[in-house]
Amino acid sequence: MNSTVVTYLSQSKEFSSVVSWLTNLLGFDATSFVAFVIFAIGCLIVVGALATIGGLGTYAERKISADLQMRQGPNRVGPYGILQFLADGVKMILKEDIIPSQADRFTFILAPFLCMVGVFATLAVVPFSSGFMLADLNAGVFYLIGMASLVGVGVFLGGYSSNSKWSMLGGMRGASQIISYEIPGTITIISIVLLAGGLSFKTLISGQGGLPQEWYLFHNPFAFMGFFVYFTSALAETNRAPFDLPEAESELVSGYHTEYSGMRFGLFALAEYIEVFVVCGVAVALFLGGYKVPFDLGSGKILVEKLGLDSMFAQNIGQLLELGSFFTKTLLLYYVVIWVRWTLPRLRVDQLMTLCWKYLTPVALFNLIGCAVWMYAFNGKSIYSLIFESAVTVAGHH
Amino acid sequence: MSTFNLDVYMPVVILITLAVLVAGGSILLGSIIRPHHPNQLKESAYECGEEPIGTAWANFNVRFYVIALIFIVFDVESALMFPVAAIFKKFNEIGLGGTLLLSILTFTLVLVAGIAYCWKKGDLDWVKSFNAPQVNASKDK
Repeated sequence: MNSTVVTYLSQSKEFSSVVSWLTNLLGFDATSFVAFVIFAIGCLIVVGALATIGGLGTYAERKISADLQMRQGPNRVGPYGILQFLADGVKMILKEDIIPSQADRFTFILAPFLCMVGVFATLAVVPFSSGFMLADLNAGVFYLIGMASLVGVGVFLGGYSSNSKWSMLGGMRGASQIISYEIPGTITIISIVLLAGGLSFKTLISGQGGLPQEWYLFHNPFAFMGFFVYFTSALAETNRAPFDLPEAESELVSGYHTEYSGMRFGLFALAEYIEVFVVCGVAVALFLGGYKVPFDLGSGKILVEKLGLDSMFAQNIGQLLELGSFFTKTLLLYYVVIWVRWTLPRLRVDQLMTLCWKYLTPVALFNLIGCAVWMYAFNGKSIYSLIFESAVTVAGHH
Repeated sequence: MSTFNLDVYMPVVILITLAVLVAGGSILLGSIIRPHHPNQLKESAYECGEEPIGTAWANFNVRFYVIALIFIVFDVESALMFPVAAIFKKFNEIGLGGTLLLSILTFTLVLVAGIAYCWKKGDLDWVKSFNAPQVNASKDK
């Protein structure tokens, strides 16, 4: 059963009445049409919300770095400088757009579009809550990995087409880094897919619970290690410090987007900040219980039983709780990403490759085997339930 | 609802269209209001204030291509591992987990053999050897 925003809304009475009214009016089955309209509105909401989060991400980045360095940070535009990102956006639109005469014009223009398409397409499968998910594709994570690697193509093309040495170095580094770190990340995702038994995000999250001991993070020791492997490779894949070699400002001027000015640069930046949110959301969905709320509050059944609320109303409250749960965890991870950036120094290229191929990849392979053996040996039970069961049996003997 | 419904992919198409619209729209909007005074110096590639020497499209360090080759091997093999991982739980519940575990182990063994080979050959080292004539070390950044 696919569960998207449309299937959630189709439970309500209004949906079927609207569909039947439109079917009478238009003379053909309007279900697909109504679904299209709902999807379009949902997509607009998600894109609007995520663009705002991406913009606020640039603000948070500067404010948190200022906090860590005991400075003020941006504080002029709006209360506490919170509208800074809007001012930045206006500035970038007003800036002159320069395309170097020696550049490969077509790929130069194409590169930021590829980054944007790659990031926006991944938004389709981000599980915001059990009802508010744009597309619950049965290939979920697989689709996400595939679409996210479009960003790597964008970064490389941006560096290559500029015909500037700094851009070329940045683009080459970016491409090699993004593809290298895709390996440990993907293998870790495979080990979580093993535990969940499915590729769609619905399946991945439904195997977990609201309380920490029900998360895949604490399912077994291998999954626990896997979280750190995934998080490290996610940092590297989004070009975040300490892995920001493609845009290392102290050595490569600005890396792959040296020659980009104005809004074309802004698109790269926006794509990067939204991608950070997406990888944090995926980390939450895979390891930290996703949108699950403790004590089954998300389904709203308790509210119906205890308070006697209307079932649709109770479900809506449950959805809001789930949204809150997902966004809280994701934004906490987002904070950690920024915190890491302002704490750790940048790696060297050879250290970067050593970390990926000699440490993370073998550890990820070890985790994969560990998870498979654990699933086989303990019948898929988590370490918590094993301890709990043995405690019950021990108590039963006395 | 049928098991394979293309409606599910509708948001993907909408989002890709939106991405192109947002990116294209913001650049188009800018083109109406932003200044446009190009000159030769502005349009030359940035090289720290010097005039750019030659093109950037030269032969590039071969290490990056070695990494790309290793990546292809690992990426294809991990893509092939996804289906096995996805059905592992279901098969484990009906008692066929051992067969799948064996196939996963075999697959991982191939991957481990691959990484061990690359490691032994020194392809995972960024700088293969400092003692070798300065072919490798000179270009290191």
